[in-house]
Amino acid sequence: MKFLHLVFLNLRRKRTRTALTLGSFLVSLFLFGILMTIKTALGSGVDVAGADRLVVRNRVSLIQPLPFAYRDRILQVPHVREATFASWFGGYYQNMKNFFPNFAIDVERYRLVYPEYKFSDEEWRAFVEDREGCVISPPLAKKFGWKIGDRIPLEATIWGGTWEFNVRAIYETDRKELTSPELWFHYDYLDERRAFYKGLVGWYIVKIDDPANAVEAAAAIDDRFANSPWESKTETEKAFAAGFANQIGNIRLLILSIGSVVFFTLLLVTGNTMASAVRERTGELAVLKTIGMNDATVLFLVMAESIVVAVIGGGAGLALAKLFTLRGDPTGGMLPNFYLAGRSLGLGFVLALAAGAAAGILPALGAMRLKIVDALRRV
Amino acid sequence: MVRVDGKGSGALVEIRSLDKKYRRGGEEIDVLRGLNLDVDTGEFIAFMGPSGSGKTTLLNLIGGLDNPSSGMVRIAGDEISKLSGRKLAAWRARHIGFIFQMYNLIPVLTAFQNVQLPLLLTSLSKAERRKHVEAALDLVGLTDRMHHYPRQLSGGQEQRVAIARAIVADPSILLCDEPTGDLDRAAGDEILDIISRLSKEFKKTIFLVTHDPVAAKRAGTLLHLDKGTLLECTADGQFACKPEDSGK
Repeated sequence: MKFLHLVFLNLRRKRTRTALTLGSFLVSLFLFGILMTIKTALGSGVDVAGADRLVVRNRVSLIQPLPFAYRDRILQVPHVREATFASWFGGYYQNMKNFFPNFAIDVERYRLVYPEYKFSDEEWRAFVEDREGCVISPPLAKKFGWKIGDRIPLEATIWGGTWEFNVRAIYETDRKELTSPELWFHYDYLDERRAFYKGLVGWYIVKIDDPANAVEAAAAIDDRFANSPWESKTETEKAFAAGFANQIGNIRLLILSIGSVVFFTLLLVTGNTMASAVRERTGELAVLKTIGMNDATVLFLVMAESIVVAVIGGGAGLALAKLFTLRGDPTGGMLPNFYLAGRSLGLGFVLALAAGAAAGILPALGAMRLKIVDALRRV
Repeated sequence: MVRVDGKGSGALVEIRSLDKKYRRGGEEIDVLRGLNLDVDTGEFIAFMGPSGSGKTTLLNLIGGLDNPSSGMVRIAGDEISKLSGRKLAAWRARHIGFIFQMYNLIPVLTAFQNVQLPLLLTSLSKAERRKHVEAALDLVGLTDRMHHYPRQLSGGQEQRVAIARAIVADPSILLCDEPTGDLDRAAGDEILDIISRLSKEFKKTIFLVTHDPVAAKRAGTLLHLDKGTLLECTADGQFACKPEDSGK
C-alpha cells in the first residue's frame, strides 16, 4: 500500500492518455448498464412469473382471443386450482406519449391467481362494486399524480372513443419488478361497451396445484380445445413472458454480442495503454528493482495501475447509467420496469475489474520479468 | 585491504574465479575471466579500463543485479550468486546503494519522495522515514530542495539526490557507475567530494567505475580491468604487479 501513491502519480504522467482510457471504460460500462437495464425491463415478466402459473392463449397468436366460456372448462382440467383472464385494452392518457399498459381483468378471480399484489379490503371492495372502477400501480399514481377517487379518461386505440375510469384502489407489493405503471379495470365494462369481440378474452392465467404438473396440465388444457375454432397454446408463465420478450429478437444474444465486442475493445485499448506505459518506464522499473523491490511488487504496481483505471472509469460509467435510469422509462411505456438492478451494477463492476486485470496482466508480467541489467542498458 | 590474487580470506567482498560470458549474435563473449577480488570494509576502489572491459558487468555482479556464468561472489558472508530472486532483492535493499551515471530519478516524485523509495521497503514508520530522508538530504546539502521535482534541479543536484537515495537505508556498500560522467568538472568534483566523505567519515565500502583519471585518484585503490582480468595500479597509473602476486 505504501506504493499506491506511485500508481496515482503514474496515471497523471500522460493525462490525455489516462483520460482517454478512463473514457473508454466510462462509455463501455455506461453502455453495459443501459443494455442490462433494457434486458431487465424486457425480461421482468420472466422474473416475476410464478412457477405454479400457466398462460393459455390462442394457438394462432397472442393477438387472437379466446372465448370467455373457456374459463369454466379450464377449471375442470386435472391439477388446475384456479383460472382467470385478462384482455389488452391499449388505452393512453391525453396523448400517445402517455401510453402505459392497461388491461381488462376478471374481477372475480384475478386476485386469487395473483396474491403478490396487495390491497386493503376496503379499496378492493370499492373497485369490485364500481363497474367503471380501476386499480392503478404506485408508479402510475406517482407519474400523473392520481389518487383514489379521481376520474381518469383514457383514449382507446383498439375500441375507439374516450373511456372514463374511477380510481378505486392502488395496489402495493414488496417486489420492485412488479411495480410498473399499469391499470386494471372490469372486463364487464369492456365487454359491454365495445362494438366487436364480445364474449372473447385475451388470455387465461391458470394456477395449478404443483409446478411439477405443469407439462401435464398444459397438455390437458390444449387437448380439451383441440380441433375447435379457438385452439389454445398453454405454457408456463415464465415461458410465456420469455417468448413475449423475444418477440423483438434474442435480447440475451444481442446483449452478449455487444458486451463481448465492448469488452474485447476495452482489453485492446487498455492493454495497449499499459504496454506503452511500461515500455516508457522500463528504466524506472529497473531502478525500483535495483533498490530492492521484488518482482511481485513490480507486478502489483502495474496491475494496480490498470485496475485503478478500470475501477474509476467503469465505476463512473455505471454511476452515470444508474443516474440515467433513475429518470425512469425513456420510451413512454414500452419498458415499464426501466431500472438498473443492483445485481447488474455488481456484474458491471466485476466485468470492469476483470477487464482491467486482463489488460494489465501481460504488461505486468513483462515488467516483472524485466532483467535489471538489460533495462538499465536501455536508459 | 584489497587483493586480486584470490588468496585473502574473511573480507567483506570475496570474489573467486568469476566468469561472465555473454552470447551475442551466436558468438560467446568472455567479459570476465577467472576474476578474483578481496575487499575489506571501508575500502574505496576505482575500476578503470577501456569500454567493454567488463567494469559495469563486475559492478552489476557485486550488486547482485546479474548472475555470474561461473565462480562465486560472497558479500558479508552471503553467497549472493546462490540467492533466489526474492532474497536477492531483499539483500540488495539491505546491503547495496547504487549511483548511476544518468541519476535515474523517478520524474513524478519530489527529491524527498525519490530518496524515501528504498525506505518504503522497510518496516520504518512514516516519522522514522522522514527523519532518515532529511538526514540523507542534509548530508548531500539539499534539504532546501527536498520538495523539488527532478526537472527543477540541475544535473549535479539530481546526482546528489541519487546519492541520498543510495545511502538513505544505510547500506554497507556503494556502487557508483560513472557518477560524474554526465556532469561538468565543478559539479563532478562536488559529487566526488561527497563520495570521498562517505568513504572517510562513514566508512562505506565504495566501488567506483570511471573513465576519468581525476575521479579515480579519489579512490584508495585503483584497479584496471582489461580483457576480463583485474590489475592493480600504482598512483601514477602504472601496473604495479601481476594479479597472481598482488596484495596490499
